[in-house]
Amino acid sequence: MAYDKISIITSSAVPLPIENVDTDQIIPARFLKAVERKGFGDNLFRDWRYEKNGSPKEGFPLNDPRYSGKILVAGKNFGSGSSREHAIWALYDYGFRVVVSSFYADIFKNNALNIGLLPVVVSPEFLLKVFTAIEEDPTTQFETDLENQKFTLLKTGESSGFEISAYKKHCLKNGLDDIDYLVSSKEEIEVFEKNR
Amino acid sequence: MESKTLFDKIWDAHTVKQIEGGPSVLYIDRHLIHEVTSPVAFLGLKNRGLKVFRPELTTATPDHNVPTENQHLTIIDELSRHQVDMLKKNCKEHGIVYHDLQSDGHGIVHIIGPELGLTQPGMTIVCGDSHTSTHGAFGAIAFGIGTSEVEMVLASQCIMQPKPKKMRISVNGKLKKGVTAKDIALYIISQISTSGGTGHFIEYAGSAITSLSMEGRMTLCNLSIESGARGGMVAPDETTYNYIKGRQFAPAGEQWEKALNGWKQLKTEEGAVFDKEYTFDAADIEPMITYGTNPGMGIGITQSIPLANGMEGSDKNTYLKSLQYMGYSEGEPMIGKPVDYVFVGSCTNGRIEDFRTFASFIQGRKKAPNVTAWLVPGSKHVEKQIRAEGLDKVLEAAGFQLRQPGCSACLAMNDDKIPEGKYAVSTSNRNFEGRQGPGARTMLASPLTAAAAAVTGVITDPRDLLAS
Repeated sequence: MAYDKISIITSSAVPLPIENVDTDQIIPARFLKAVERKGFGDNLFRDWRYEKNGSPKEGFPLNDPRYSGKILVAGKNFGSGSSREHAIWALYDYGFRVVVSSFYADIFKNNALNIGLLPVVVSPEFLLKVFTAIEEDPTTQFETDLENQKFTLLKTGESSGFEISAYKKHCLKNGLDDIDYLVSSKEEIEVFEKNR
Repeated sequence: MESKTLFDKIWDAHTVKQIEGGPSVLYIDRHLIHEVTSPVAFLGLKNRGLKVFRPELTTATPDHNVPTENQHLTIIDELSRHQVDMLKKNCKEHGIVYHDLQSDGHGIVHIIGPELGLTQPGMTIVCGDSHTSTHGAFGAIAFGIGTSEVEMVLASQCIMQPKPKKMRISVNGKLKKGVTAKDIALYIISQISTSGGTGHFIEYAGSAITSLSMEGRMTLCNLSIESGARGGMVAPDETTYNYIKGRQFAPAGEQWEKALNGWKQLKTEEGAVFDKEYTFDAADIEPMITYGTNPGMGIGITQSIPLANGMEGSDKNTYLKSLQYMGYSEGEPMIGKPVDYVFVGSCTNGRIEDFRTFASFIQGRKKAPNVTAWLVPGSKHVEKQIRAEGLDKVLEAAGFQLRQPGCSACLAMNDDKIPEGKYAVSTSNRNFEGRQGPGARTMLASPLTAAAAAVTGVITDPRDLLAS
């Protein structure tokens, strides 16, 4: 499925200063029953975000009118647990294009890169700085520059570099996915099969 | 030449090509699919006008959504039924073998792969499910993938993966009485944390590992993902070969001999280097139980819940939030805590050995009246074997009933949900908030510890009730 090409994303951010957020929290299993990729954003963080009767839970960052933006900032080991790509679909569908944390679970990171959600890794110290900046001013702006692999706190100009493979960077910049690449490599795959 | 690890040998043999500054294109020998993570992948193929490239290398079964009672009836939940129907339809359309509910080959995808002999040493195996790591027990590279990757495999039988780092975890010595593979796994995760394995693929080694049965090795490898690792593996040996021989899709005759010769090469060579190594002593492990909301929050059953002293900032907040969810306090002992539900099953502990362990413990005892117990075989094959061995009679005599195969209460996607606020001792793999139902509180443990809780109605050290 096509996704938005990424170049520079400038936005305020939503803070989620909790560690080890697993994909069951991002989207609980009972909302995985769709057979199309539609509407997952409505159930993003469902049980943290809503009461049982469907009213928004006070205090949860997504319900806090002070916070908005395309960037989610989360505690370390974000996206652990289940391999469900639905977790990324929910984040993406809700409107996030970048996640910032000091550490991600492997499958989450792979899934995110595959569907156009950029996982930015910063140091624990820089992450704390980002949380503090949002706490002081929820409208504070951040710039995510994919080309230069740089995440910047615009108010102070402090920035952190981040890693991404040259291949994935190329994909995200151009909105390409691995399936196109693999399908175009079919002849090589057939040769590999023959020579095994 | 540089010495190779078991992981390197299999990875290298499956690398179609290495993209410069990017991932490897990895060829996949076995692809397992279920109803939850495949429909959008099939839809993607359709939208691109593609067919399944190698349908004979994919095997399907519905497991996450299925009810574990009355499987002969139509699935009541409309969305679940639709998802299962879609899987069936997609398989038919693309010529993929589909093991339907109630058929001999039905069950949790990670239980039927090994049972059918589809899982073999030296293979690459993927599935849109993180517990695919289970198959590593056979000396295979097996790991969970997302739906985009499911689509990649369907479209090209390949996947794009950065090569993970290598970790070896050795557990040496003899396990103490009452200590099982589940306890080894929960112990390791409690020591290295839920992110200690991230970025790595684990090879388990040492005498405590090689003395495990295949069922035990599967339980251990299954839980590799809970340490953050992509997967875990155990080098194949006689135990492995004996398990595979004669199974439906196992090589036979001349092919068997040929395969066996190849499998015998699948060992980490002397001098091969791992990026990280851990060594544990089997004698340090006691029956484990979790007290918090991730699988790393586990302790020996006789221990008390750790204090938050020394933690600070978001570490401390996260810890206290977790205890609050569980309704527990720092420093409390786990022994004697109330239990409302006991769940035995899942891809972690839903195999025949698990039911033998449970049945032999409860034999001559009675289910505690305050406990609701769900005993869910991992597959039709396990269910049949339970009956063939007469274990169902033992269970019934003690007040337990056997349900039908499926993922059941492991993930609250079907009808088997633990009610809000209730405490469940569960042989499954995740104690996340709401994992077994909104507001449900999960304590992960072995089938033996689950059996002790089921007959006493509280958290109990199974060793106290084991015949000496």
